[in-house]
Amino acid sequence: MMRFKGRVAHKFAENPLLQMRLPTWRSRLLGLLIIGSFVVLIGRAFYLQVLNNDFLQEKGESRYRRDIEISASRGRIADRHGDVLAISTPMKSIWAVPQVARLTPEQIVELASVIEMNPRQLAQKLDTEKTFVFLRRQIPPAVAERVAALKLPGIGQDKEYRRFYPTGEMTAHMVGFTGVDDRGLEGVELAFHGQLLGQPGSRSVIKDRRGQIIEDVGSIKPPQDGKEIRLALDSKIQYLAYSHLKQAISEHNAKAGGVVVIDARTGEIVALANWPTYNPNNRESLSGAQLRNRALTDTFEPGSTLKPFTIALGIENGKVRSETIINCAPGRLTIGNATIADAHPHGALSVAEVIQKSSNVGAAKIAAMLPSQTMWQMFDDVGFGQAPRLGFPGEVTGRVRPWKTWKPIEQATMSYGHGISVSLIQLARAYSVFARDGDIVPLSLTRVDAPVTSGATVFSAKTAREVRMMLEMAVQPGGTAPKAQIPGYRVAGKTGTAHKLEGGRYANKYVSSFVGFAPVSDPRLIIAVMIDEPSAGKHYGGAVAAPVFASVMGSSLRTLGISPDAPLIVAETPKPPLPKARL
Amino acid sequence: MVRLNVLLLLVMVLCSLGVVTAQHKARQIFMALEAEQEHARQLEVEHGQLQLELSTWGAAPRIEKIARDKLRMSTPESPRVIAAPPAGGVSR
Repeated sequence: MMRFKGRVAHKFAENPLLQMRLPTWRSRLLGLLIIGSFVVLIGRAFYLQVLNNDFLQEKGESRYRRDIEISASRGRIADRHGDVLAISTPMKSIWAVPQVARLTPEQIVELASVIEMNPRQLAQKLDTEKTFVFLRRQIPPAVAERVAALKLPGIGQDKEYRRFYPTGEMTAHMVGFTGVDDRGLEGVELAFHGQLLGQPGSRSVIKDRRGQIIEDVGSIKPPQDGKEIRLALDSKIQYLAYSHLKQAISEHNAKAGGVVVIDARTGEIVALANWPTYNPNNRESLSGAQLRNRALTDTFEPGSTLKPFTIALGIENGKVRSETIINCAPGRLTIGNATIADAHPHGALSVAEVIQKSSNVGAAKIAAMLPSQTMWQMFDDVGFGQAPRLGFPGEVTGRVRPWKTWKPIEQATMSYGHGISVSLIQLARAYSVFARDGDIVPLSLTRVDAPVTSGATVFSAKTAREVRMMLEMAVQPGGTAPKAQIPGYRVAGKTGTAHKLEGGRYANKYVSSFVGFAPVSDPRLIIAVMIDEPSAGKHYGGAVAAPVFASVMGSSLRTLGISPDAPLIVAETPKPPLPKARL
Repeated sequence: MVRLNVLLLLVMVLCSLGVVTAQHKARQIFMALEAEQEHARQLEVEHGQLQLELSTWGAAPRIEKIARDKLRMSTPESPRVIAAPPAGGVSR
């Protein structure tokens, strides 16, 4: 019993532990510690959520907020009437991450058939150590949707743009083209790359579970689409220039050629065609010769097309007048130990006839009256030896040697366009001094809306008008280019036939050219034609280049609706009975 | 006092429900706007493609080919051209 008695049950409140006297500081210390840690926790929470809340805010937002890029398209290139010459449309590119894309042979065959690729080639592309490969670029969006529907691992797609050129080879040199990554590589595409390029925008949004955008948060940066470039080009006139040039090249079996059409009033380049050309939409087999924009990048010795400048300078400086007689007999002129000869010997010619008959001797004799510096200054004023500054890739300056190094024979040959080299566009522009009243305007690739009042004066209006008359004589019967005549319009112009330099010697190859303008009563268009190495019998500018000029000029003037300033030439042959006109 | 509290509680519940509905509606309208904007973008793309098509069909070489081959048109020879005096200056 005693043992039992020893285990007397106690009530909890009578626990003997409570009977012990514990020091009060222990409970106080504990209480303080607990309160202290709470204060620390609250302090930390306050710091994170109120004082320095950026970090958590960002973490939170990143759970639901997405930044989306809004793509901008490259600007269009249009002609002066707004017809599209180059335009971008969205396309897709298909890419793969080879490490992830472990496809079965069946899947490869399936994918290959959708993207129109050789299955073996596709398998090769996927079997690589690279972390990323493009399988196919610039495919239509519809095809890309079918690829997405296959739901293959490691295969993805990106949006990109493809550039189309509806006018194709006709405007190839003018418009140029872009590379696969939308960067301008040639022509206007390169020259105006900065303006054509768009700036992609961005926006941040909240997306829901299904991937739909439900709210815009933050600011939206709108995309800036590339600017549309309005060229001065008139696609109708461009087509006329291109097709007539092409026809002449094949007719005369020539190597190359170019046509430039300039608006005499504004300096706009209305058309610029070269041969050979290429199709910018399909550039797989492209050669350097096709790519060359000859009218701008190639120089040639212009030949007789330069004579009017020598003569205008003679008149301007009071050395000659249009009726002054120059003795060109016997068709040869010896300066030092070199001899200048005329293609056809002439006797005494008036200055006007020197242009009309294109006498080298006559031009050389007039040049001999002029100081070299004056002549050089005139060449410089009309833009020879200077880049046209169009911003076009590869435009050349041509070659005019400094006047201090000129020898008398060189000054003589330069007077009729040898020993000096120019590009076709320089030549066309220089003629604006005769088409206008002695002043020259800068060229423009883009459309000019404000009327150009006047440019830098080179010759007086009186001189320009006199030379204009002489140039009109050159295309009339008795001149060198009666084939440049256009029924209904008064035409003025000058032929050029230059030997080509090969290895420092003049070879038996020619460059035939013609530069002219119409209508003479109020010149509107200047056209320069150059045919390189015609080899089908004819090689004179009057026979090869002048007919191209006439057909391009005639149809262009009609296209522009410019009223005729000359009576239509009535046919010499008896009139056939007129069938009912059809239009 | 109790009555007033109950009333205020009721008003608060109603307001909260209103906020929820408004938010929902706003999202619906926003989504509709998104869809329309996407549609507008697609139309713009289509516009570009149609312009491309227009330029391709209207290309001068094609017109000339049809005019010559199909419609048997040709440029008249100079004796057959009669110049009419222009009625007012026509030029582009």
